[in-house]
Order: sequence, then C-alpha cells, then structure tokens
Amino acid sequence: MPIVNQRLEDEMAHISRPEELTHIRSLFDSGDELMQNIAYALISGNDRDVDELTKQALDQHYEPNIVLDDGLIAGMAVIGIKFRDNIIFVPEVLISARAMKAGMAHLEPILSESGVEPIGTVVMGTVKGDLHDIGKNLCIMMLRGTGFVVHDLGVDTKPDEFIDAVTEHGAGVLGMSALLTTTMPNMGRTIQAFEEAGMREFVSIMVGGAPVTQEFAEDMGADGYGQDAIACVDLAKTLSRIASHAPTNESDAQN
Amino acid sequence: MTEPPPAMSLTKRLELNDVMLSDGATGTYLQYNGLEPGGCPEEFNLSHPDIVKGMAKEYFEAGSDIVLTNSFGGNNFMLQKYGYGDRVEELNRLAAEHAVINRPKGRFVLGSVGPTGEFVAPLGTVSAEAMLESFAEQIAGLVSGGVDGVNIETMTALEEAKLAVSAARNHSNLTVMTTMTFDKGPRGLFTMMGVTPERAAKELLDAGSHVVGSNCGNGIEVMIEVARQMRQATDAPVLIHSNAGIPIIRKGQIVYPETPEFMADRFLELADLGINVIGGCCGTTPEHIKAINDKFGRTQ
Repeated sequence: MPIVNQRLEDEMAHISRPEELTHIRSLFDSGDELMQNIAYALISGNDRDVDELTKQALDQHYEPNIVLDDGLIAGMAVIGIKFRDNIIFVPEVLISARAMKAGMAHLEPILSESGVEPIGTVVMGTVKGDLHDIGKNLCIMMLRGTGFVVHDLGVDTKPDEFIDAVTEHGAGVLGMSALLTTTMPNMGRTIQAFEEAGMREFVSIMVGGAPVTQEFAEDMGADGYGQDAIACVDLAKTLSRIASHAPTNESDAQN
Repeated sequence: MTEPPPAMSLTKRLELNDVMLSDGATGTYLQYNGLEPGGCPEEFNLSHPDIVKGMAKEYFEAGSDIVLTNSFGGNNFMLQKYGYGDRVEELNRLAAEHAVINRPKGRFVLGSVGPTGEFVAPLGTVSAEAMLESFAEQIAGLVSGGVDGVNIETMTALEEAKLAVSAARNHSNLTVMTTMTFDKGPRGLFTMMGVTPERAAKELLDAGSHVVGSNCGNGIEVMIEVARQMRQATDAPVLIHSNAGIPIIRKGQIVYPETPEFMADRFLELADLGINVIGGCCGTTPEHIKAINDKFGRTQ
C-alpha cells in the first residue's frame, strides 16, 4: 500500500535520488500500516516501539519474514541512505541498530525454527594487529539489518581464523577491516593465505576501513571495496549473488 | 621571528599571536624505527626510550616550537587491549619525560591525549564518570612528567572531547588544545559523529579548551577548508595538524604522497588564514617540519 504513516512519509523528503526514492517506496508496497509503523519506529530509533509493534504483529499472526522485510529491513534501508548522505551520523545509526535488535529478538527464534534462508552469510573481522572495531561493527549492524547472517570474529583476527570461520559457516562473503596504514597489508596477507589454502575461489572478499581505497583493494586482490557501511551492504549483496553460483557449502569447500 | 624569552609560558606565547610550528607524526616515526604493525606505541616509552627521546630531539632540531608526547593511545581503555591497563600513569609520565629531556628553552611539550575508542553511555557502555576518570589518570601522568600543555586530539564525539577537556582543566592549570577529525562528505565537513568545525570550535571553547582545531584524516587541501571554517567560527587560537595526504601505493610500498616541499607551500596558506599552530599528522616527518620551517624563513 502507499505510505499512510505521515511521519514515514516525511522521511521520504530526505531521499534525494529519484531512483532510490522509487525503490524505497516500493519496499512498502507489500506491507500495511503496521509495517510502516514498525519501519518508522526503527528510523526514529525508538526501540520500545519496535519491540511492542513487532510483538503485536506476531500476535496478529503476521509471518515473521514479512515483519522482517516490510518493517525492519525497509526502515533500515532509509537509515542507510540518510547515513551515506550525511543527514544522520554514527550515533543515530547505532540507536536504530539497537531498535532493530529489539525487533529481531522476537523474530529470530521463529525464523531460525522455520528454516527461512538468509540472503547471505558473511564473516567479518578486523585484521591481525588491529584493535579498532567501530567501523566494522557499523557494517555488521547494517548487514544484519538487511537480513544477512553475520559471524563477527572481532578484532586482531589472524588469517587462519578467517579461513576456519569461512569454512565452518560456509560463508560466501568475507569482510575485512583495518584502521591503520600499518595493519592494512594484513588484508593482502590474509587473501594470500586463502590462496595458499586453496580456498580463495570459494569466497568473495570485501575490504574497508579508513586508509583503504579502491586502489589498495585491487592491489591486494580483494573482490570489492566499500567506502562506508551502506556501500558494504550493497557490495555484500552483489558478492553474495556471485557467490551463490560458486560451490561455497562446507563439503565442497573441503573437497 | 625572534626567539621568545625563555621563561615565557605557553599561554603567554600564544598571546603573541604569531605562527607556532608543532611537530610531525609520532606513529609514522616509530614505525620507521621498529614499531611492529599494530604494536603498542606507548610501550616504546618503556622498551625503546632512546628512540622516543630521539624523535622529540629531531623535531625540535627541525624547528618545532611544540612537540607532542608519545601518549596518543595512553588511556586505560586502549592500553588494556595491549595488557598495559595497569601502567597508565607510568607510560604517560615516561612519554612526557622523554620529550621534556630534549626541550630547548622557549619551546614546549604537549601531552598527546587521543580517543578511548569507546562511546559514552547511553550510546555506548562506558559511563561519563569512567571516561573522565580515564582521562584524568592519563593527564596526571603527563603532568608529573613535566608537560607544558595538553593536546586532546583526533576526537570525533563532542561528549568524549569535552570530558577530556574537563579532566585537563581539573587536573592542571596548563594550556589545553583540542582537535577533532573531520571527513568531507556530500553535505560538507563533519566528524564521524556529526559535528561540524563551527560547532566543535564553539563547544570546545565553552568547555574550557584554550585552543581548538583539527588533525588527521585529510591531506593539506581539505585541511585548508577545515581551517577556514574554524577560523571563521572563532577568534581564539586555532591549531591545524595535517596528514601528508591519503596513503597510496608506490612501487609496492604504502606511502603518504605529500612531500615536504609540497606541504610547506600550502602551510603558508594556513598561516595567511590566521592559523596559530600548524604542524603534521600521519605521514609527516622531521623533513616535513624542516621544510616548513625553512619556508617560513625561520632559524632553528
């Protein structure tokens, strides 16, 4: 249905690119007013409302994946655009991510029980020697907010740990982060380790972080570079589609 | 430029309202001298005192009026990640002593205070009290090592920066300089947390900082834009510490592209804008400082 929640409609004024506005509006086509209310509660960072409205939707027998897609993920898409365009910043994204989590707390148990396929599985970590994680955590929140299953390896992640996690979870995408110029080369070394382990063809690798550029990403042999958290999500979507054509499941990877 | 009288305090020196030259990068220097990628720079104050002392000496010799201590990550939140959370006072005191020992008369040592890597509650998990206490502990160490002032730097959140300013003002009567790191986005200059240069200048001065400014994140071109906005926002002294550009790959090596000669030319623009303290951040070296010093026609 068209957008009937006036405050959600007001949010549309922040989306300046016409093709994005069309896309965002289309996300609300299949949902109803309750889904719009959930999306708006998430955009405004109101975790209590998201919690209550999500619970209410499930009580009214909405399918959990509908609540996820038409409510939470649709709201998060607006957050991503506002963040990229400097309308909101890291604090607002963190607060909306917290609201997302409040909704997911109701949905996740049912979703995992019903075996609904996530849109992709991503392993994320900050590379060896680097202890910075604000950017990585932001990417993880946005990825989860888009429906990815993300395995977070934290900071100071050694190449072997990345390889083990990708193998264990059958992840199609690996994301690496570094804040320091000096630790950035460990991204290339990790990619090298995947080559040496015969694993490189089974996983798409994306990189990001303050010193990282497209040039560095290409030089180290990554499949993509994301400048910010929304670029990371777009990249993960593209790379997952590619990955879905490759034998990424566990048994294939080990053969 | 005439050499100021030896006993002049940093506050008095700033009132002369001419350009003061500070130093270049600390991390870059230590990496050239054996710091492992991702290693703890502050640990060098214990294990490699001669390198840390030599760094301050080189910067003073290159013409720096102000040299920063090797204590950027010297708060307990960062140090505990390396296993030094219980040695905050010692590492900061040593950082100050290693710089002060080679300080010529009329020059100054500023204690470097970087971010904790945490967000203040309710956004993050650390209480304002705990963060204030962390900065107070670090600054106490720097003060006992003999610094002339405190340089709170690379901040992105106003809450955190203001807690550091409070800690510095409450635990010393020294000059406090505070800088934030801005990114150039589609709507202009903002920190990661959404703070503009104008708002940073106003709120940091209100919080008690004597000098405001910006460091890191950008090469000199964007820093000139930041400097212009800061200068317009306040009559107080402004500090600009620029990176030597954004790192690139050259012959298989990661390098900062802006040469001493290139930066020195552009630093004249900063001086023309009325910036009071200028110097380098990541990728800048004693050679950069010497080139700027020469360009300004100063003796060492």
